[in-house]
Amino acid sequence: MSVTPIQPPIPKLKREAIVSALKKGVRVDGRGFEDFRSITIELNPVPRRSNGSALVKLGNTSVLVGVKIGIERPFPDRPSEGVLQVHAEFVPLASPSFEPGPPDENAVEVARVIDRCLRESKSIDLGELVIVPGRYSWSIYNDIYLLDHDGNVTDASTLASMAALNVAKLPKLVSVENDQVKVDYSTMDKPLPVKLNVVTVTVVKIGGYILVDPSLDEEILAEAKVTVGVDSNGRIVGIQKSGGGLSVSEVRYTIDIAIKKGRELLMLLEKTLKTV
Amino acid sequence: MANIYVANRQIVKPGDLLAEGDDVIAGSYTYKVGSKVYGTVIGLAEVKENAVSIIPLEGVVVPREGDLVIGVVVGVGVTNWFIDIRAPYKAVLNASEAVEQFNPLTDDIRKYFDVGDYILAKVLIFDRSRGPVLTTKAKGLGKIVEGVVIDVKPSRVPRIVGKRKTMLEVLTSLTNCSITAAVNGRIWIKCPNSLLEDIVVRAIRKIESEAHIPGLTDRIRKFIEDEKRRVGIQ
Amino acid sequence: MSSRPTLIKENGLRHDHRRPDELRPIKMEVGVLKNADGSALVEFGNTKVIAAVYGPREPPAKYMLSPEKAIVRCRYHMAPFSTIERKSPAPSRREIELSKVIREALESAIFTELFPRSAVDIFIEVLQADGGTRTAGLTAASLALADAGVPMRDLIAAVAVGKVDGVIVLDIDEVEDEYGEADMPVGMMPSLNQVVLLQLNGVMTREEFDAAMDLAMKGISEIYRLQKEALSKKYMLYTEE
Repeated sequence: MSVTPIQPPIPKLKREAIVSALKKGVRVDGRGFEDFRSITIELNPVPRRSNGSALVKLGNTSVLVGVKIGIERPFPDRPSEGVLQVHAEFVPLASPSFEPGPPDENAVEVARVIDRCLRESKSIDLGELVIVPGRYSWSIYNDIYLLDHDGNVTDASTLASMAALNVAKLPKLVSVENDQVKVDYSTMDKPLPVKLNVVTVTVVKIGGYILVDPSLDEEILAEAKVTVGVDSNGRIVGIQKSGGGLSVSEVRYTIDIAIKKGRELLMLLEKTLKTV
Repeated sequence: MANIYVANRQIVKPGDLLAEGDDVIAGSYTYKVGSKVYGTVIGLAEVKENAVSIIPLEGVVVPREGDLVIGVVVGVGVTNWFIDIRAPYKAVLNASEAVEQFNPLTDDIRKYFDVGDYILAKVLIFDRSRGPVLTTKAKGLGKIVEGVVIDVKPSRVPRIVGKRKTMLEVLTSLTNCSITAAVNGRIWIKCPNSLLEDIVVRAIRKIESEAHIPGLTDRIRKFIEDEKRRVGIQ
Repeated sequence: MSSRPTLIKENGLRHDHRRPDELRPIKMEVGVLKNADGSALVEFGNTKVIAAVYGPREPPAKYMLSPEKAIVRCRYHMAPFSTIERKSPAPSRREIELSKVIREALESAIFTELFPRSAVDIFIEVLQADGGTRTAGLTAASLALADAGVPMRDLIAAVAVGKVDGVIVLDIDEVEDEYGEADMPVGMMPSLNQVVLLQLNGVMTREEFDAAMDLAMKGISEIYRLQKEALSKKYMLYTEE
């Protein structure tokens, strides 16, 4: 069951400062309405045990994604495809308001939104990941670990996931004989079949203004939040609205902004990946 | 400038555009956005000059200070009782507001009201920072010991009482029953015999289901007279 | 392993003979449960959902209270017999996500500030699933809230549009959801032109999105009309004894 979250209220002065800045055309941290905070992408920060990893810092929000690859039976309705699973954990060290326990609805939502963007866009060609149809295929676990929460976990997580998947390597497939598969997990072999990249752009609405990449305070004040997934071909690969309502024209405006800013994020990602 | 789009006593629903104009006043159960007035619940529109409001046909009634309520004791403390008044908030009745000189060391609070008792009370304080506080320290208030108490939809109580108490008059004068209707949707009925009690209860149920249909007072009068004749009462 | 059905036939009709802009047959009934403060049963074709509302009422635990407004508790749940393969009764990640998304949509309509320190509980059960369960559920929940007399800014009408074989279609069913290229549930407060639920599962171009949004709004205004009719039916004059 989903219950209205009881949030510690934002002090009135802080709220007024944010709104009056917006009326002057800026945000309290000096950003324009369409600006992302500073972004750093570190590739393979934890290379020894994961098959691929990436750490993204989006302002003060910090997300670490680790990819683990194994062998599993493919899903019965998709016998010739590899398996992709996306999970997210908002671990307690990331925020004073997080308690230990199974992923709450926010973590579940982030994981499922990113899963859909990756899956529907066919970012990874799962068909190339089957080993023995109906019996063995590569299974990719993309685990999102939120380390520090300062707003917009979704965009940081998608960026980190995409980076980690790009640098991930399959373990070496030694042999497939008589329905038996032998894998050497200690040797990294081929990269994953990543066909195109996907990013998400999240906006919030405060006092009628649409702001890209909300900080934590902006998220708490937000009347509505929309995440749009965009791929390297400029297509929309996912949408998730949360919070309150938006007018239809605000929705259309959000899509336009997302496609525009998505292009910038993709360029940053591709530039970073070239350094490997 | 005021354009009113609904007629008095028309059934309206949430989101219905009731009126438009800078001079229009948004009354109870309506709200105004810009110059448009919308309804918030299903009910009967009430149109008065420049104002539109709605009399709800459903929903909880949150009692106000001074309202008469009929509650059920659902819990007992050392010096107070917890009362269910069919509202989203549990009410409290302190012993000091019910009994003269209550001494928790020597008196057992359950001697006065116990769990399961119906009480007739007034809302003393209700400031929204805590549950309503009741009192039974006035004439006629206290434990209900005879007759019967029925639950009705709180939104129907005004219709059961009627404008200027006309409906209540019909019910009591034709049956010689004493009827106390509380805003929180409970009615206390005391009748000379069980036949009349049955007729009154059924008349009230009829009012409940036909509250939105005009001409109800006459229909109820006819209903009671027919029923009395049918069971052989003058 | 089922083979892919023909989603759009040569004559432009869908696999169930509907036109691309056609809704399935819709049934709505209000006040179907005795205990709940408000309830509604809604059917979109073979999708059948029931929604119940309790409240505003005291929440079960004091820690849940907000001093400023009512909290909303919402559960979207599928009955084990509602799907082709039995669904485990335990809440799935999908049900967790949809409960959140539906709660947020309803919360934008309810005047929660009128009932501080109370709870409005909304329970949606999918009895039979054939696509569009969350939008049918949201439509039913909104009717149940009206039936319960909970003050709202507007009713919420919702429908899922999709893209199948490149064609934008209204009110997709399960086959179209499974084999199509996109599934976009949309929920709105039509009088206020506010979008309260919006998701996209699939791929669309900017132009396809616009067409889908326009088609959704068209479907929503018809669903809204049916909701108002269902509420009227409850108070229809009946012949006297």
